[in-house]
Amino acid sequence: MDDRTRHILECLEEDARMGHEKIAALTGLTADEVSKRVKELEDSGVIRKYKTVIDWDLAGDENVYAIIELKVSLERTIGYQPLVERLYKFPEVRSVRLLSGQYDLSLTVSGKTMKEVAFFVAEKISTLEQVQHTTTHFVLKTYKEDGIILYEQDHVTRLPVTP
Amino acid sequence: MRKACTPSKFVADVMNKVPPSGIRRYFDLASGIDDVISLGVGEPDYITPWHIREACIHSLECGETSYTSNYGLLELRESLADHFSAKYGVSYNPDSEILVTSGVSEALDVAIRAITDPGDEIIVVQPSYVAYVPSVMFAGGVPVIISTKLENNFKLTAEELKAAITPKTKAVIINYPNNPTGATMGREDLEAIADVVCEHDIMVISDEVYDCLTYDYNNGHTCFASLEGMRERTILLNGFSKAYAMTGFRLAYAMASPDIISAMMLIHQYSMLCAPITAQIGAIEALRNGTDEMMRMVRSYDRRRHLIVNGLNKIGLECFEPKGAFYAFPSIESTGLTSEEFAERLMNEQHVVTIPGNVFGDAGTGFLRCSYATSLEEIEKALERIGAFVDGL
Repeated sequence: MDDRTRHILECLEEDARMGHEKIAALTGLTADEVSKRVKELEDSGVIRKYKTVIDWDLAGDENVYAIIELKVSLERTIGYQPLVERLYKFPEVRSVRLLSGQYDLSLTVSGKTMKEVAFFVAEKISTLEQVQHTTTHFVLKTYKEDGIILYEQDHVTRLPVTP
Repeated sequence: MRKACTPSKFVADVMNKVPPSGIRRYFDLASGIDDVISLGVGEPDYITPWHIREACIHSLECGETSYTSNYGLLELRESLADHFSAKYGVSYNPDSEILVTSGVSEALDVAIRAITDPGDEIIVVQPSYVAYVPSVMFAGGVPVIISTKLENNFKLTAEELKAAITPKTKAVIINYPNNPTGATMGREDLEAIADVVCEHDIMVISDEVYDCLTYDYNNGHTCFASLEGMRERTILLNGFSKAYAMTGFRLAYAMASPDIISAMMLIHQYSMLCAPITAQIGAIEALRNGTDEMMRMVRSYDRRRHLIVNGLNKIGLECFEPKGAFYAFPSIESTGLTSEEFAERLMNEQHVVTIPGNVFGDAGTGFLRCSYATSLEEIEKALERIGAFVDGL
């Protein structure tokens, strides 16, 4: 990846709504060149999706999140893939990760209430044939999401003029 | 009754000859204005990366609060030696050729005092950082100014240097990437300077505190001491303030041959004693693990550089393209105002703080220093206000 492409990606990572004209002004490229490179990055899958980080608590949303750790059994010659594909098709499942250590998989699950999440885990996840054991951790507060700190910090001020 | 005292008569004569920093005046003026957008700051707007702060916190928890060697922690000097060897191919002995100081300001002062006898001439290339001329004067030296020009991209030329050298010349102070112009010097430019330096048997004090903030990623920065025959003729100054956003740590270093470092160490030993240990531990962490964060900040400055330079040109303030540091240096001559009139009126009428170029020497007359070490949003707002100010003239 060349430096100009890295600049484009950093601009979009910082602000997904940043227009190609502005990225051009920040990188010294033309807007057409930015558009061409962004298209290439989208087509090649480097840019997966344009996403917004939302503080749902602040928005007053009642969603409940839980992190579910799964211990699973694997049959010979079959890896995690079939199970993982079943898991990530549930709309309640927001993320699926394969872990090293005591547990095999970690899911992030969302629902309207704790009860709804608990029932989803009990009925849809724990009952899967390969799932041996689940541990559910309800999320009480999110302090940081996707690299963004979700609460007001004291602003550090600088002198208006320095050498 | 005892005789009344007039304290001012005890102040050394040199103090009456050294003017206060022009920048300081703008600090005082800006302090009284609300809703200020500041392009006056010569420091990163980033907070020191967390892993560096965390290393300092951990060291304090471990009780590392003592003095260090006058030269600085050996571990830091070894890290610096490794860093310069790998980055620029120039080797320094950590035992005798590196001195850790409190900021490049101290390193500069100590370097000048270590080589200057009363009446020695030290060449200062302007526009330049405001401390060079006073530091020479405090040491009893005579500053000799070379004014670089926009038409030469603010580079020092071999001819200009040759013309300024006299039998009394001891050294020349160079600073590339440059504060306030953002000018850089390529290897060929510096080789020509090195020839003159050798021919006339003088030293070079090379302030390279902005070396990491060079936006030509392919050619990068040329370290003056890495040129053939220049290692022994160079006092290399550098620090952690700009590259790693560590201004408040006051941590820097000088590298030179053992005789020079030994002389500098004497002054440092009897004045500063040693740099703060916590800052030194932070610096070790910065050297070992700070490159990724530093490069992320550099790329961010680069984007801001494009924005402000293009923006100033669009407003009609012709702006030299800076290749390093984080300053834009537009000409304001087309407005018919002096640098100071422009800066003061811009501050009072539009609440944008900039520094008039003449603060950095006469060669800066007709220019303005605009620091772009501030957020994109602030730069955009500042450009709007500068545009409105120029349109209203």
